[in-house]
Amino acid sequence: MKSYISFRNDLEAKKTTCAEAVETFLATIAAKQDLNCLLSVNAAGARAQAAEADARFSAGNPRPLEGMVIALKDNINTKGIRTSCGSKILETYVPIYDATVVERLKNAGAIIIGKANMDEFAMGSSNENSAYGAVKNPVNPEYVPGGSSGGAAASVAAELCHAALGSDTGGSVRLPASFCGAVGLKPTYGRVSRYGLVAYGSSLDQIGPLAPTVADAALLFDTINGNDERDATSCPFTPLNTTSQLNAPLPATFTVAVLPDEQLRGCDDDVLLAYRKVLGTLRGMGAEIVTHEMKYIGALIPTYYIIATAEASSNLSRYDGVRYGFRADVTNDEDDMVIKTRSQGFGAEVKRRIMLGTYVLSSGYYDAYYTKALKVRRLIYNDYKQMFKTADLFALPSYPTPPFKIGEKSSDPLAMYLGDIFTVSANLGGVPGISIPAGTASNGLPIGIQLQANHFDEMHLMQYAHHLEKALT
Amino acid sequence: MAVSKETINTIAQLARLEFREEEKARFGQQFEQIIEYFNALEAINLDGVEPLKTILDADINVFREDEVKREITTVEALSNAPKHNGVFFKVPKVIG
Repeated sequence: MKSYISFRNDLEAKKTTCAEAVETFLATIAAKQDLNCLLSVNAAGARAQAAEADARFSAGNPRPLEGMVIALKDNINTKGIRTSCGSKILETYVPIYDATVVERLKNAGAIIIGKANMDEFAMGSSNENSAYGAVKNPVNPEYVPGGSSGGAAASVAAELCHAALGSDTGGSVRLPASFCGAVGLKPTYGRVSRYGLVAYGSSLDQIGPLAPTVADAALLFDTINGNDERDATSCPFTPLNTTSQLNAPLPATFTVAVLPDEQLRGCDDDVLLAYRKVLGTLRGMGAEIVTHEMKYIGALIPTYYIIATAEASSNLSRYDGVRYGFRADVTNDEDDMVIKTRSQGFGAEVKRRIMLGTYVLSSGYYDAYYTKALKVRRLIYNDYKQMFKTADLFALPSYPTPPFKIGEKSSDPLAMYLGDIFTVSANLGGVPGISIPAGTASNGLPIGIQLQANHFDEMHLMQYAHHLEKALT
Repeated sequence: MAVSKETINTIAQLARLEFREEEKARFGQQFEQIIEYFNALEAINLDGVEPLKTILDADINVFREDEVKREITTVEALSNAPKHNGVFFKVPKVIG
């Protein structure tokens, strides 16, 4: 993978140019089209931005991310560049504004190279649910890259860009990062503005970076985090500069909470091996390991899928064929036009989740499912608060198995949902989590291990992750 | 708990979706399996637990002045519409 930080060193030593980097990436994009990572390529725009970046380096006034080449998940609005959400229903949708994160990236000098493939409306764990075809894992194209930000993670791993932004509603940044051997961060809910992110589960969604290293991810996070008046759920805190703290020494001892063996029973042996190796490394760094039983582990998946589908059914009601996107060819009846538009425009998984969400919110079931799930969510939140009273970090696998083959799990939606067991709790509880590479499975594909920290403590999360990453390599 | 075909039809109507008969059968089966799994929540004692609606501090509210701003033009607002007449979105006749 191509780290921006090392590229920037080369730039400052005048060994390369941004224009050269963009041409190399564009050539790689053309050569690796079979992986299906990108849904649109912004070649002309990227070349123009590269020229400006080179001019700024020559003039001696480069910005913090000057020349960083970025792919954006295709649910992040980009003015003038199609934003399809991996869906047929938005096949022709060209946003008239930039998402806040895009504005911030551009102002910091980043170059937008293209829009990354994804599970339709970010619903999926394998990137097989895109209306534009599955993404293939660059490490081995017979395998899935993970989802739903699979195109973003695969673009980083396949060297189509320096880094990418994805979105994480139940693990959609951390899971593909782990499957592709990259680093993926889900910030605390409210840390990064969601303005311009196409909504899936609004109380769970967060935008996060995917990058070759923790330090690269930190640079991106530093640029995109901070309050935004256009997102009422963005927190009124001063933006963090995690980069400044990455290399600060760790305390002589610190506490890491880990899952007890019985809560890891469903894990593949390769994942357990990687997890235990990471715990050994953490011990060597000074960690005191304490066992934390997640009291509601059996309730995580039901709680997540009830809340996420409920919010999705409401958010996706806006796709009616009137204001944007696809409209079915019905001219005599408005209601029929809406029904045909949605039925032809959405894929199977999106329809399944809209149906589930409509069901759990419908009269007679609302209290049995939705209200109950919100109460369990409170217990999960309280459990995190309790854990982080004494623990500095929570370490757990990113996914219970190594990457699986394309088609292997796609016919059984429930089995696919169950795989999200280690990622959804961070979204339900709102805490930040990061997946970092932790070795290779016996099938030759990457395994990731996840660290989580208390709300708004990305400063320590990134610092610990950076030190752990160094200790593991 | 069985999810009847009538329930599927009602939910589909509420969600403004329609399915072919064979889709409905396959879908009903998956739906039932997933709903059954959702019932795991019944085992948890939730007496006296308040629903959590946002993870942010409930005391933080966000206010702003109600000012008129001209952020987009009519042309921009209509630029993604499948059908419009330059001023309004166009839809099939609603009232007969």
